[in-house]
Amino acid sequence: MICFDKVSKRYATGQEALSGLTLNLDAGEMAFLTGHSGAGKSTVLKLVMLMERPSQGQLLINGKNLGRLHRSQIPYYRRNVGVVFQNHQLLFDRTVFDNVALPLLVSGYQPREVGRRVRAALDKVGLLDKEKQNPITLSGGEQQRVGIARAVVHKPRILLADEPTGNLDPELSSEIMNLFRDFGEVGVTVLIATHDIDLISRMGLRVLQLQQGRLASDERPVHVG
Amino acid sequence: MSANRWQKQDRRPSAERKVGVGKKPPIKEPRRGASGGQVGWSDKLKSYLQHHQQLLVSTSRKLLAEPVQTLMTSLVVAIALGLPAALYLGIVNLEQLGSRVETTAQLTLFLNKSASDETIGQLRQNLSEDADIRSVRYISRAQALTEFRELSGFGDVLEMLEENPLPAVLLVQPDNRFQGDLVASEALVARIMALPGVDEVRLDMKWMERLQAILSVGERLALALALALSMGVLLIVGNTIRLAIENRRDEIVVVKLVGGTDNYVRRPFLYTGVWYGLIGGVLAWVLVALALFSLSGLVSRLAALYQSVFELEGLGLVGLLYLMAAGALLGLVGAWLAVARHLSSIEPG
Repeated sequence: MICFDKVSKRYATGQEALSGLTLNLDAGEMAFLTGHSGAGKSTVLKLVMLMERPSQGQLLINGKNLGRLHRSQIPYYRRNVGVVFQNHQLLFDRTVFDNVALPLLVSGYQPREVGRRVRAALDKVGLLDKEKQNPITLSGGEQQRVGIARAVVHKPRILLADEPTGNLDPELSSEIMNLFRDFGEVGVTVLIATHDIDLISRMGLRVLQLQQGRLASDERPVHVG
Repeated sequence: MSANRWQKQDRRPSAERKVGVGKKPPIKEPRRGASGGQVGWSDKLKSYLQHHQQLLVSTSRKLLAEPVQTLMTSLVVAIALGLPAALYLGIVNLEQLGSRVETTAQLTLFLNKSASDETIGQLRQNLSEDADIRSVRYISRAQALTEFRELSGFGDVLEMLEENPLPAVLLVQPDNRFQGDLVASEALVARIMALPGVDEVRLDMKWMERLQAILSVGERLALALALALSMGVLLIVGNTIRLAIENRRDEIVVVKLVGGTDNYVRRPFLYTGVWYGLIGGVLAWVLVALALFSLSGLVSRLAALYQSVFELEGLGLVGLLYLMAAGALLGLVGAWLAVARHLSSIEPG
């Protein structure tokens, strides 16, 4: 589903964020992306989101070369990807419902369908009773869950998360991670960038470790039974 | 229910998903099945229209929520639209005045002082039989003197003169077909000049010609002013929209991240620009109407002094529509320019 083939990324500043990274994630697979800050975690996510383009190498998503995608097609591509940000990127000028509805509205869903899907997503993250509130009135963990609801409301094939548990206490963190695992189990390809080592080890999932823009290790969980 | 919802997702092998992809890349193709993010064309069209409808309301609400900013921008637009409109209106009114004078345009024949009554009588008869002439009025030297004495108040001065200095006058009203036809009128003047006893013929259309020339210069001026001020409107609306774009940077980033197209992002700003233009157009009309109202009293008093009834012509409903259309168009273009210039610089990342 996500396939990096000797991808390098050099920013205009001259900083080389990725150098010849090769990695492969199957459809429905869930993995953690870890490494020191500056190891290239965010760059990987930005490349998949088409917020950046590779300087070298190829990035294939679902067998399609993203390098061939014209700028005007980027919006349609992004509708297949959901992203959760560390700082949630919620809009505080509208309700929780309207925040979550945004991906559906830009894709042209009908209001009735929007309402149904938004409520399903909010129900999934346990915030159905807060749909009319402004996200600014919610706690950090709740805001993060609104962000997750928005990332999955349009049922993307790929779900990305950048430090989704960054500011949360361990209990909330594992709650959030369990949510991600639920999505992984229903066939969504999930890639989570984090440096929360404790959490990762508890989850027992594939861990991709980046070091200076390269894949330093790729540990797959040992299946029991 | 929640867990089940996500488990219903249809995850067919990728080869199967590619079926029916058509011209579009599969990545763009909405997924099929119970889980799919599929939106049909009719739904898309419906949503597109709904988005427009909803923006019509939401953008106007936003403007109403910031009345001072809205009024300032619209007022500047109004002044920029109102000035050329007022100038144009002035020209229209002068033309109206001109055309009214034109209907009374007549030839004044000053007769030779030494012309005998017989010659004058013959001349009067000839002229009244002339097919080119509608009417002839004779003012004898004595009548002219009386009139002059009554109207000018210089009667005493005339007493001192030995002889009546005024010539006899024939006021000739040409046929209607000479109206506004300067060439034909001048030919008529030349023909009458040649008649015996006529000293001089004055055509009261000379100054009409000059007025026409001045008015056409004024028209050009109004056009040039309108063009220059249109650029001003573009800049004003563009700048306001630029600020609006800056204020909504976060929203734009999020919309782009969740797959909003450039058109989707652009739309609210274009609507806002059109609103500014429309409000500016209406305000311009109001400003011109106010100016006209404040002038109308003066003008009718002035007209009364000339024993005439003259009413200033306003812009009317058609003028209002034109101003609104011009405002809306300029607002749209101004917003478009701002959006084209600043929106592409806002990218997530």
